[in-house]
Amino acid sequence: MAMSQTKRVLTPVENTPTEIAVSARNITKNYGAVEALKDLTLEFPRGQLTSLLGPSGCGKTTLLKIIAGLLKTTSGEVEVNGKAVTGPGPNRAFVFQDFALLPWATVLRNVAFGLELRGVARSEREARAEKYIKDVGLAGFEQSYPHELSGGMRQRVGLARALSVDAQVLLMDEPFSAVDEQTRRKFQEDLLSLVQNENKTFIFVTHSIEEAVYVSDQIAILLPRPSRVSEVIRPSGFRNKGIDNIRRDPEYLDIVDNIWASLRSYVE
Amino acid sequence: MYVFGYRLPGLSSLLIWGLLWEIVGRAELTFFVPPLSEVLRTLVAIIGTPPFIKALSETAYAFSGGVFAAIVIGVPLGILMGRSRLLDELLLPWANMFLSAPLTALVPVLMVLFGFGMKAIIITTALFAIWIIILNSRAGVRQINRSLVEMAHSFGASPVDAFFKIYFWAALPEILGGVRIGIIRAVKGVIIGQLLISIVGFGALFELYSANFLMAHFWAVLLVLFALAFSISEFLAYLERKVAYYAAKR
Amino acid sequence: MLKRSFLLKLLSGVIIFGAWEIAGRIPVSYAFPTFIDSMIALFRLALDGTLFTAYAETLEPLIVGVAISTVLGIGLGLWIGLSKFFDWLVSPIFIVMQSAPLAALIPLLVMAYGIGLTSKVFVVCIMAMPVIVLNTAGAVRHTPESIMEMCRSFLGSRTDMLLKIIIPAASPLIFAGLRLGVSAGFIGAILAELKITPTGVGDIITFSRSIADYPTMYAAIFSIIALAVLFLNLLEMAEKLLFKGNDLGYVSD
Repeated sequence: MAMSQTKRVLTPVENTPTEIAVSARNITKNYGAVEALKDLTLEFPRGQLTSLLGPSGCGKTTLLKIIAGLLKTTSGEVEVNGKAVTGPGPNRAFVFQDFALLPWATVLRNVAFGLELRGVARSEREARAEKYIKDVGLAGFEQSYPHELSGGMRQRVGLARALSVDAQVLLMDEPFSAVDEQTRRKFQEDLLSLVQNENKTFIFVTHSIEEAVYVSDQIAILLPRPSRVSEVIRPSGFRNKGIDNIRRDPEYLDIVDNIWASLRSYVE
Repeated sequence: MYVFGYRLPGLSSLLIWGLLWEIVGRAELTFFVPPLSEVLRTLVAIIGTPPFIKALSETAYAFSGGVFAAIVIGVPLGILMGRSRLLDELLLPWANMFLSAPLTALVPVLMVLFGFGMKAIIITTALFAIWIIILNSRAGVRQINRSLVEMAHSFGASPVDAFFKIYFWAALPEILGGVRIGIIRAVKGVIIGQLLISIVGFGALFELYSANFLMAHFWAVLLVLFALAFSISEFLAYLERKVAYYAAKR
Repeated sequence: MLKRSFLLKLLSGVIIFGAWEIAGRIPVSYAFPTFIDSMIALFRLALDGTLFTAYAETLEPLIVGVAISTVLGIGLGLWIGLSKFFDWLVSPIFIVMQSAPLAALIPLLVMAYGIGLTSKVFVVCIMAMPVIVLNTAGAVRHTPESIMEMCRSFLGSRTDMLLKIIIPAASPLIFAGLRLGVSAGFIGAILAELKITPTGVGDIITFSRSIADYPTMYAAIFSIIALAVLFLNLLEMAEKLLFKGNDLGYVSD
């Protein structure tokens, strides 16, 4: 990741040949007579964060769940590392909007749950879970239960669970929408350093324009009924100016404005 | 349940069970299960007869008397408990207790106090129904959205206005829910009462049939009772759904 | 706060039992003994051991019936909750049973199985089973979608899904169903003793009524209701202790 950062300073991103980690090709998804996604094609570069942004009902979560293997396509296919997706797999981990924690399990067991399902021995999975609990800043809460934690802390548990299975692709379904504004800002900053430090591919669903522009290397704008990708935006200028300067960068503000201009007519 | 893309209606599997019943009956596996067709023929034969009409009307009388008493006493008491903390704390433990207590054990007491007759059955029915009605009315009043009440006050509603325009309507879904469960319990109560005080209504009819081993008659009456109980419960659920649209959105 | 609610509970007890005592003193009916007389009769029953032998008899069909209903009911409920076909086939029966006055089956059961333990166990079962089955099935059906998706996305097998997600998520509701089943089972057990053959506590009630020994009759009824309420409260406390926080923590608050 550090490498690609330096590269980007030298050459404009648009010209950088990046390796593709995940590609969605001609995806169509129908629910009965309703077309949720129509002939959607999109590529996700390795080691970068791609946002799926659009008004509600535009099928961004449907696309994410198709990539996760939780939903089947009506036609078209998804490839992860060149292999077609037929169901959930060890190369992808999911972070849920409502956290999806087990209320009857401690933080430790929740974080280790992905490894538990993979049959990792107890001592090993707990050791790995403890490391990630510390990484997301929840050290000391290993024996707490989800209902004893705040919303933000619960999502940190969900994040630690996804990180602990060490999948190359992280799928995040509006992960910060259920936490308060200040916690969300902190999360966004943490997410940026996560993208920097972990060599993982992030696919991030959000309905917040500012959030998408702030955290993304690539933003795919989805328009509804039926969903298709209307535009892919790749911010280039402000990514390396430091996280404190992003929100007042002219390019950042322009992109936010432009996206709003194109989405405005789709908001009821 | 879908078969070849067609949705099968909810209770359609009962037809299969009916068929199974017919087969078991035809096979004469047991004397106690006559074929369904025979039961239905008996049903048609007895449904207009004076003893059946008498049992049905006696049951309906006891049932409606008990339910009426339970609603007329239960709803206001529940609303009062929801509004007054003292009354609530005094009565709530008892209401909760009787809700799950085996009230059947009280029937012998009612029999010695009120005689072997209609009165004891009506009181049994009311006792079965009233507790859930009280508790639900109380819960309905207590969960009224604070801001709804504050809205009424801020627009200058008088207490009477607030009661009839806010409290009653806001609590209505819960009250109706309580009445629905109360009525289902009342159906069970009226039958239990008649079984134990077996000289009126279906209780007497059951005694007569079982003494004479009239199996088809027995099943025919059971079918009528179960169908009536189920229809009542479904009809009330339908009514409740009609007001539930705003219950979810408070 | 705690003290006030305790005092009020005490006060409400005093009021109710006091009213009973006064009504018995008037007396409102020749068949209405005072509270104190009834309690004395209860002590007498307890002291000479009648009460305990009676309860041993009463509780037998209850325990056997509830045990059968629990195993069978939870099994059926899980199956109904997991299989759409089985749901379509079987749940209508339990839905009808839930609203039906099943007590009406008792005369038939007596004809088929006699007046022994089998009939009584049967009565307890038909009373207790529907609520256990329907609660279990409902709980399974309402397992939160997102934790099931979570299990699938982290590669959980079908067994993992059942044992680590569905059953733990459903267990508070299943337990609540069991409590309601026990409550209905008590009704069944008492009904069986009053309607089928007077044994155990039912025998004390019926016999003392026939010789007009009303304090003893009231004492027996008081004791069975108190026992049921006590036991159900204990179950409820166990439920709160076991599943504390289980219904919280699914979504942010």
